[in-house]
Amino acid sequence: MTAIALALLIAPALAGLAAVWLPSPASGPVTAAVGLASFCLVLGLIPTLARHDVRTLGFVSIDALSVVFLLATSFLYACVGLYSIGYLRTETHTRDHRYDRRFWIGLNLFAWSMLAAPLMGNLALLWIAIEVTTIVSALLVALEGTDGAAEAAWKYVLLASAGLAIALLGTIFAYYAGAHVLGQSYNLAFSPLLSAAPRLPATVVRLAFVLAVLGYGTKVGLFPVHTWLPDAHSQAPTPVSALLSGSLLAVSFYAILRFYQIAAARLGSTFPRDVLLAFGIGSLLLAALYMLDQRDYKRLLAYSSIEHMGILAIGVSFGAPVALAGVLLHVLAHAAAKGNAFMGAGVLMRKYGTKQIGSVSGGLSLLPWSGPLFMIAILALCALPPFGIFRSEFEIVSGGLSAAHDTVAAVFVVLVTVAFFGLSLTANRMLLSRPARAGDSGAVHDGPGRGEPSAWMVVPVVAGVVALLVLGLHPPGELTDLLARAVSSLRGQA
Amino acid sequence: MGPIQAPGAYTGAANVIAVLILLIEFGMFRQALFRDQVRLYAAQSGLIAVLAALVAATRHLPELYALAALTIALKVVVIPVVMTRLAPAAEPADDLDTGAGADIAGTGGLSLATTVLIGIVAAAFGIFAARAVPVNSAAAPTTALAVSLSVVLVAFVLMIHRRDVASQAVGLFSLENGISLAALVVAASLPLILELALLFDLLLAVVVFALLIRLHHGRAETLSTAGLTSLRG
Repeated sequence: MTAIALALLIAPALAGLAAVWLPSPASGPVTAAVGLASFCLVLGLIPTLARHDVRTLGFVSIDALSVVFLLATSFLYACVGLYSIGYLRTETHTRDHRYDRRFWIGLNLFAWSMLAAPLMGNLALLWIAIEVTTIVSALLVALEGTDGAAEAAWKYVLLASAGLAIALLGTIFAYYAGAHVLGQSYNLAFSPLLSAAPRLPATVVRLAFVLAVLGYGTKVGLFPVHTWLPDAHSQAPTPVSALLSGSLLAVSFYAILRFYQIAAARLGSTFPRDVLLAFGIGSLLLAALYMLDQRDYKRLLAYSSIEHMGILAIGVSFGAPVALAGVLLHVLAHAAAKGNAFMGAGVLMRKYGTKQIGSVSGGLSLLPWSGPLFMIAILALCALPPFGIFRSEFEIVSGGLSAAHDTVAAVFVVLVTVAFFGLSLTANRMLLSRPARAGDSGAVHDGPGRGEPSAWMVVPVVAGVVALLVLGLHPPGELTDLLARAVSSLRGQA
Repeated sequence: MGPIQAPGAYTGAANVIAVLILLIEFGMFRQALFRDQVRLYAAQSGLIAVLAALVAATRHLPELYALAALTIALKVVVIPVVMTRLAPAAEPADDLDTGAGADIAGTGGLSLATTVLIGIVAAAFGIFAARAVPVNSAAAPTTALAVSLSVVLVAFVLMIHRRDVASQAVGLFSLENGISLAALVVAASLPLILELALLFDLLLAVVVFALLIRLHHGRAETLSTAGLTSLRG
């Protein structure tokens, strides 16, 4: 148990350090192996944490809620590790060993920081871990070295740092509230703060919660502090985009959930839910409308991430147990689906050499594996059965109806449908149209031939589809138990 | 209503320092030269260090002396030196091209006077908002908390107003100074962990800024954000 936590904290960092010295062809398999090992370790945590409460060791603390987020991150880490081997091999024009080396160092450290964040049992350390994710991922966004990448990285680092400064202010107020009850030597550990929550000063808790939602919400990509997100997601190397969207946003949402637990314990659930509802509806509305008119398919997927983060916030605001279970399932299913979509987008980029939707045609006939897989990822993101997101959104909506949030649930369904049109129409245009012939203005990069750029870029996507099917058709019993325990801790019944 | 008590020596000193920090924040609006702006930032950080030492002395918290020393080493010396070295292009005086001088002055959307007025409104909002917070820290007075919230808000206005990359970075660093001030006021016996978080953040931020500024310098030959408009929609 403690050994697993320590291994998760050490192995990715070691892989990142190893990438400094290893020749870059060797770093890929090492990264993929460490990613797979991390995923297996987290799977090993599920049965224990589904039965027990919080486990604490020094500053490390694990409970069911943190395992959910560890699961999403480690799954994507493994998939992206495998995928990146093919992604870098098919890099044609700038074959540069320094680029490869920086990529592997950054990818491992990025995964390390995201695995560390849910393991921290202390609000200050949680903040530091999320700050480290910003630093590492900003460098990864800038990696391509283009003007666009520099612009995106600058916006990202400036907005995310300003947001995290606000989150730090929230953390400071949380400390003040805690020290009020627990004494001056209080060190911001989470469990004592939560158990003392009913005695904390209400105004200070309210202030800390709003500042934390706004601050960490900047990294989650909630409206109106989402503006860095489409730029960073579209300009980063595609494997990094998959990690950014599938796990970084979720890990930041984890920080909000921790503050939500404290706020709900002190203020009752009405106030925190109203705050999350406002941010969630705004994000969903903005994303659904922007998705109708996008020219760049990576930006389209980025707006889809804003949509799904809005769905998480709305799900928490419904507050019913079913809706909360749906939210946690949604974290897992969204990681698998959005990881797949970005990995598919990476294949399209390699095949067609462009991010423009208008220049991609005939994907389904030219890419025998990745075409259908990308289509499946898009359909899964649109919450079509039998995939995991269908189940999670169904639970969220039924939770909203059972908690008498009928109007919000109806608005939710309408906006998700608008987003469905945006995504599926674009995917149709790129995949089902007739392929452009050689010599056309939109001539394809590899020539018009059928074929996959690399098998490495197909296998992890198949794994993602399997995960989506498992989550959608029949989630394993232990996972359901884990989610149920995490829900009861979110509802303050741990 | 009883007679108004004069504040004690410690409370008075803390309030004066907090207000000076806010005034320096406004001073940054005035400075058109990047070098002067960095100097103001160093002075502001120096005041934070003084306040930390003051709290350490009055409340017998020796670890805050270490914090003060670290603040001086990093925020007064290292960061300003690195910033001035890295961003010579932001110096309009060194640049005969007339465009560069206008870059640092502001977005051009609003005049300096209007922006300063907006800054004053933001500062006033911060002071009134702090009234709602029932913070009665024995360590430092409520007034200083109110002022620290104002510093944070004014730093945001400054970052919006500036349109070159380097002085946006200085704006962000001064925002962090506002948060340091709030930390000292709200939680003086703050475990060192939170203070380390602050310095850690700043150090890493400098690494990223240095890289990004280099990147910009190599690519666009200017530090103005006016060119950073290709990504939209």
